[in-house]
Amino acid sequence: MTTTWRFWLLSGPALTFYALVLLVPLGLTALLSLQTADPATGAGAPLGLHNYAEVLSDSYFLEIFVRTLALALVTTIACLLLGVPEAIILHRMRAPWRGLFLLVILGPLLIAVVVRTLGWALVFGPQGVLGAAGVALGWSREPVSLMYTSAGVTIALVHVLVPFMVVAVWAALQRGDAQAEHAAASLGAGGFTIFRRILLPRIVPGIASGSVVVFSLAATAFATPAIIGGRRLKVAATAAQDEFLATLNWPLGAAIAVILLVGNLGILLAYDRLVKRRFAESFR
Amino acid sequence: MIRNGPVALLFHAVFIGFMLAPLVLVCVVSFTDRAFLSLPSWPPSLRWYHALAENADFIRAFRTSLWLGLASATLAVVLSVPAAMAIARHPARGAEPVRAFLLSPLLVPHVVLGVAFLRFFSGAGINGTFVALLVAHVLIILPYALQLVLAAAYGVDPRLGQAAVSLGAQPLQVFRRVTLPLLMPGIASGWLLAFLHSFDELTMTVFLADPGTTTLPVRLYLHIEETIDPLVTAASSLLIIGALVLMALLDRLYGLDRLLAGKGR
Repeated sequence: MTTTWRFWLLSGPALTFYALVLLVPLGLTALLSLQTADPATGAGAPLGLHNYAEVLSDSYFLEIFVRTLALALVTTIACLLLGVPEAIILHRMRAPWRGLFLLVILGPLLIAVVVRTLGWALVFGPQGVLGAAGVALGWSREPVSLMYTSAGVTIALVHVLVPFMVVAVWAALQRGDAQAEHAAASLGAGGFTIFRRILLPRIVPGIASGSVVVFSLAATAFATPAIIGGRRLKVAATAAQDEFLATLNWPLGAAIAVILLVGNLGILLAYDRLVKRRFAESFR
Repeated sequence: MIRNGPVALLFHAVFIGFMLAPLVLVCVVSFTDRAFLSLPSWPPSLRWYHALAENADFIRAFRTSLWLGLASATLAVVLSVPAAMAIARHPARGAEPVRAFLLSPLLVPHVVLGVAFLRFFSGAGINGTFVALLVAHVLIILPYALQLVLAAAYGVDPRLGQAAVSLGAQPLQVFRRVTLPLLMPGIASGWLLAFLHSFDELTMTVFLADPGTTTLPVRLYLHIEETIDPLVTAASSLLIIGALVLMALLDRLYGLDRLLAGKGR
């Protein structure tokens, strides 16, 4: 039996499964996005790009896309500001503490996003902790609610996604030589010089990959914007769900989904091409 | 050793507080004895846990999620093991694109998969059935299982198999007696991780579940959309505890830092 033969025989079942269950549905969705909504049959001829024209020209959908991108961008920046220092702090911790806190930060990744978001709904809600604290401390007379606001969605998204940033930067720090920092310190370098000359070059690839992961997941997030943002604050993912399950305009929903998919793949592939090649040696 | 200064440690404390606060709050609120969201009084009340145990919708959803997770994780591993063997042990030309293709569901937003499967399964007339959910879940969790099985397959020394062959073992015997036992830690942790991802999946399943096949996260989400009451905090607390148990298990089996930090895209 030749190697080639064995290779295709062994990977055949998984590949067949993927062809049937990944490629066919995605192809059908692309086709659906070109069809016209029809109250009787759901979708049909004529074929054309009119759904894309509608989504990309209607101010209602444009607002949703701009909001999605803005939320993803602000979330990414906030994750950078919180995650990068935290990763460096973790890196400088001693053995038992480092492992323990890494577990505390990464563990929530294994808890359902609905559950993590529910916690923020309890904090933000009308009878929530935040509103009560605001009144008790005399910041405001009425309890403030961050439910259905961009600020609320952003905070909850940062909580859900910041572990990805910490882990990316932390992994980048692990790749370097831990002795370099000590050597620099022993040669008289100050804290800022060590950061700029030793840590920063080492973590740039981690920052890049962490940012891409966070941005991509924030821009396509569903549960958190759906629960905290509700119907008042729609993003691309919740808008697509709305077209499919409420408005029942499937072709339009399919067009939103295709735009989301192409945008997401575009960002990930651009990252792969530009950043990974540039920092090729740090990814080995 | 460069130590963290007081400012760094203060930042760290605030960060850890930020990470834990919402989860702790969910657990604390679940022990209230009132009919609405409130902090519990002493002694903590199990009122909402009793209510949960009698809620047929949540019990059925839990059962669906459990069976779905068990079945889809098992199928994902069954497909992953030969694929990982092909890529790691018998690499032909095209192995790298095949690997990238098999990991590619990680790059597709779950809302897009939800849309695509809704279209696909409605066309086939099976939307809302358990089989449809199963197929969809196998696709999204297969990359997680494959990554861990693949890592294990790369780690197997090919000389062990050669030694078995030189002693007269047949190829299938080599796999069953030598390779498979060596792959077992990767298979077990891959299965667990796949199970967790299936059990937690919401975004795609929202499109596919009908009232008879609602999973636990979908049940929670639909409940939260209508009203947030202590009942959902009780269900969520149980999910947090369940995740902690599986986390400890994964840590034992594989090392949680290696699992989560080495994942990458």
